[in-house]
Amino acid sequence: MQSFGLIHVEFLAWAALWTVGLSLIAFVGGGLLGFAVALARVSGSLAVRAAAIVYIQIVQGTPLLILLFLIYFGVAVAGFSGVPAILAAGAGLTVYSSGFLAEIWRGCIQSVPKTQWEAAECLALTRWQRMTRVILPQALRMATAPTVGFLVQIVKNTSLASVVGFVELSQAGKLINNSIFEPFTIFVTVALFYFALCFPLSTWSRSLERKLNVSRR
Amino acid sequence: MSSTLSSPLSPVVSLSNVHKSFGALKVLDGVSFDVGVGEVAAIIGQSGSGKSTALRCINALETIQQGTIQVCGHAIHDPALDRRALRRDVGIVFQSYNLFPHLTVEQNIMLAPTCVKALSKGEARDLAREVLSHVGLEAKADQYPEQLSGGQQQRVAIARSLAMRPKLMLFDEVTSALDPQLTGEVLKVMETLAREGMTMILVTHEMAFARKVASKVVYMHQGRVWETGTGAMLDDPQTPELRAFIGNGL
Repeated sequence: MQSFGLIHVEFLAWAALWTVGLSLIAFVGGGLLGFAVALARVSGSLAVRAAAIVYIQIVQGTPLLILLFLIYFGVAVAGFSGVPAILAAGAGLTVYSSGFLAEIWRGCIQSVPKTQWEAAECLALTRWQRMTRVILPQALRMATAPTVGFLVQIVKNTSLASVVGFVELSQAGKLINNSIFEPFTIFVTVALFYFALCFPLSTWSRSLERKLNVSRR
Repeated sequence: MSSTLSSPLSPVVSLSNVHKSFGALKVLDGVSFDVGVGEVAAIIGQSGSGKSTALRCINALETIQQGTIQVCGHAIHDPALDRRALRRDVGIVFQSYNLFPHLTVEQNIMLAPTCVKALSKGEARDLAREVLSHVGLEAKADQYPEQLSGGQQQRVAIARSLAMRPKLMLFDEVTSALDPQLTGEVLKVMETLAREGMTMILVTHEMAFARKVASKVVYMHQGRVWETGTGAMLDDPQTPELRAFIGNGL
């Protein structure tokens, strides 16, 4: 039997690229959807607000694993068999990220003082102008650090995509282990890959937080 | 007790029997007064007398439960009120300045004229320079609000309102957060505006300023207009409440 060697590390590195790709899909998709949900969450209309709350509660109250199953098998039930694993995993992680990013950003939007809304309103700005010109630029500053922090969660949670047959870092580790059975060495290496991806992100998040605390600008 | 002075010209602002409660708390209890074109009205009274609420009602920041308010031809009590049209006619300056911290002084001033009146960047910049020179701060155009003193921030807030060319300016305790020296520089700007004929309503604790600049003084007590008159009324209060208030205030 072959032992753990360079070829396996190369395989893991290749799989790590898929982890990065899936993370990007989840972050971009979840970011767009989450931004829309965050805006709906602070909407002037009670019905829109309620719909956003229900969406967030459902997403946050469902384990990511179940979300992935629901989408993977749900799409098959709906008559589209043979969904590519990347689509199912991407969609599941997008929904998951949107639920959390929406709530993070909702908090940032609402932490802009009410007097800023009032001042903008008294200058005859429309609700949309108040949001885009006055509130969001200030909320953005507050949102940067926690958003980058959440990116770390996304990267780690892509490991669950293996359940729908997507070969990313964790699944690649399992595959190697099935063939050479050196679990400790293999999963330590896998963990190092995750660490190499996440550590720069959390360092960046912390430095952003420091920088934005020093100056409000 | 609550006599209403009739203004010589048709009123810009007219409150009639205005009632307003926050839950069980009655804040305005039948308030009526008029402010005519070019008048400077000072609303005075203890904290909790309803004077700030009255001012906020004039700008439709609070809704009233009963009575009517007319402001520059807008019916504030009408549920179909076009708030944006109202805000184009009425400027307001707050106690806490409420400048936009992410924008420079100039950008703060340019925002509404470009968004609301569709001025070009160049036109808006010229306008910003003009209103800034009016409040003596043209040198601060490129600074951010946090780099300015409280008095300077408040003067920028006044300039920001002026840039919309309002027909009426409201001032809500604009000097209450400032020390005496900074208060002086803000009051000077307001006095200049008054001299130029701007119609103004100010809620203030500055009795000397009210006496000197206001053409009408409205003393509010327990949610009612207790006494109205000219600045001279402060030298000769008719009610024991105003006498006590001035005694404490000066």
